Amino acid sequence: MGFFSDPISFLADWLTALMTNAGWPEGLINVIITFLGVFVVANFGMLFVIFLIWLERKLAARMQDRLGPNRVGPYGLMQTIADIVKLFTKEDTTPEGADKVVFNLAPIMAVLSVLLIWAVIPFAEGWIGTDLNVGVLYIVAVGSIGIVATLIAGWSSNNKFALLGAFRTVAQLVSYEVPMVLSLLIPVLLAGNMTNIPGLGVESGMGLGSIVRAQHNWYSIFFLMAPLAALIFFISSIAEVGRTPFDLLEAESEIVAGFHIEYSGAKFAMIFAAEFLHAFTISVLTMTIFFGGWQGPGDSIPLVGWAWFMVKSLIVYFLVAWVRTTLPRIRIDHMLNYNWKFLTPLALVLLISTALVDRIVVDAVDISMTQGQIVRTLSHLAANLLIAWATIAILRRRQAARPTRQPVASPRPVARPPEPETTADAPAA
Amino acid sequence: MTALQIIFLIVSALLLVSAFMVVTVPNLVRAALWLIAALFMTGVVFVLLDAGFLAVVQVVVYIGAIAILFIFAVMLTRRVMTDSGPQTNANWWLAGLFSLALFGGISWILLGWDGANASAPAIDPGLDTVTRLGTELVNPDAFILPFEVASVLLLAALIGAVVVAWERD
Repeated sequence: MGFFSDPISFLADWLTALMTNAGWPEGLINVIITFLGVFVVANFGMLFVIFLIWLERKLAARMQDRLGPNRVGPYGLMQTIADIVKLFTKEDTTPEGADKVVFNLAPIMAVLSVLLIWAVIPFAEGWIGTDLNVGVLYIVAVGSIGIVATLIAGWSSNNKFALLGAFRTVAQLVSYEVPMVLSLLIPVLLAGNMTNIPGLGVESGMGLGSIVRAQHNWYSIFFLMAPLAALIFFISSIAEVGRTPFDLLEAESEIVAGFHIEYSGAKFAMIFAAEFLHAFTISVLTMTIFFGGWQGPGDSIPLVGWAWFMVKSLIVYFLVAWVRTTLPRIRIDHMLNYNWKFLTPLALVLLISTALVDRIVVDAVDISMTQGQIVRTLSHLAANLLIAWATIAILRRRQAARPTRQPVASPRPVARPPEPETTADAPAA
Repeated sequence: MTALQIIFLIVSALLLVSAFMVVTVPNLVRAALWLIAALFMTGVVFVLLDAGFLAVVQVVVYIGAIAILFIFAVMLTRRVMTDSGPQTNANWWLAGLFSLALFGGISWILLGWDGANASAPAIDPGLDTVTRLGTELVNPDAFILPFEVASVLLLAALIGAVVVAWERD
């Protein structure tokens, strides 16, 4: 295995051989290699944030007809580094009456909850921290630690606005977890029915590595089989990150900065970095679970697989940034209604229909053959389109039944120069 | 003593400390945070027992849902930072008596059980515990009855919550 096709495994093998020759015990070598792996993955995440912040600022600027950062370094690339230096040299304040231990714990937990997700993400063939057989559930579990972090950040600050942010956190994040988990169950179900296919390497429906391997061809990616589930997952995970249009927990114009209002300096930087990294992580998850992960032409070389991983993730990240810069903030009652009256019922219907359709198809055709797989994809796609059509029809009927509001007044121009006197009737001066 | 045993001892000690702090800390939100620590340590114990699924479910259900609602309720109902009411009421000795009796009973049973000193049999690495758990839960010869009873109970609680919150005109 050459360095240029698979640098990670090459370096790991080389280091292992080096330490074995030095006569170190095997257990110690394993611990060191594992630790180095954790170190590399965590630092990849944290350092990549520097680039992501620059990228998002540039994208937002272009969409808002501005230039964005363009002073420090080429294309403003060094701007984020300058910002980091600024943040770390700022005074580290703790408000009067705050619960100091909890206050300092919250930013650490925020970063931790995002970085822990990266442990189960497959970067390329064989590049995965640990392919847990309950990977999808693990992601949900780790995400709930993030909710706790936001909650205790808001509570421990001893600030009314921070507490309001924390209240909104619970209302929003706990609610949107429901459709997110339901939509995650659909790819789990689809991958779980492929565990019997020999040679594919799908071991369990819930492991992320298995989910990627289940989408082994362009016609078997889960976006084609479950487009609505992908959409629900995308929307609800944006809500989980708490970005526009779901940024009620830190709405600047309403509650100043919400749960992180009292944080300054390095602790603010941690919360900020966690948010950006979380936004990229949901892009990675959407891509891994619904768009085939690292797979693409030439993915047998791990470095090429990693390139596919990055390209696909950044495309989804572009969508996330696009949504953030173009949509206004949603009102809190609309936000909750949208979740409980639209996303959750739709996700439940999708889950039941996917289970039924998949059972029928898997029993009827042989999905290990190409034709069988195409039939399976097409029938799922048809079921999804039918559900989408029915949903739109129901929404149209309900909208028609809703009483239309009468306008209070007709719009009139605010400032207009007085119209010149018409000279037809007026007597000449 | 193997590394696993050392980890188990550390985790159990942390679990006991956090559980003790839950009932002794005067501040209610802090008590809830210690509860989260205790629940998390329970999850770690599940991991040490090779029960990854249970560990993850422990975190999802207990930390992700129950503990967060706990904190939420405490934050809504109490004065936020300055809360230090009495921690016990007149029945504290009765509660203490029952806990002692329970602890004594469990210890007595475990001391008399010959499985306590046996080491756990190695789990076949090819065994898919999640699939096994799933099939056992819907197996008529195994756990389908308790599983369905629990489901009906949860459904009843759900409907009850709707009825309680129903705004009748």
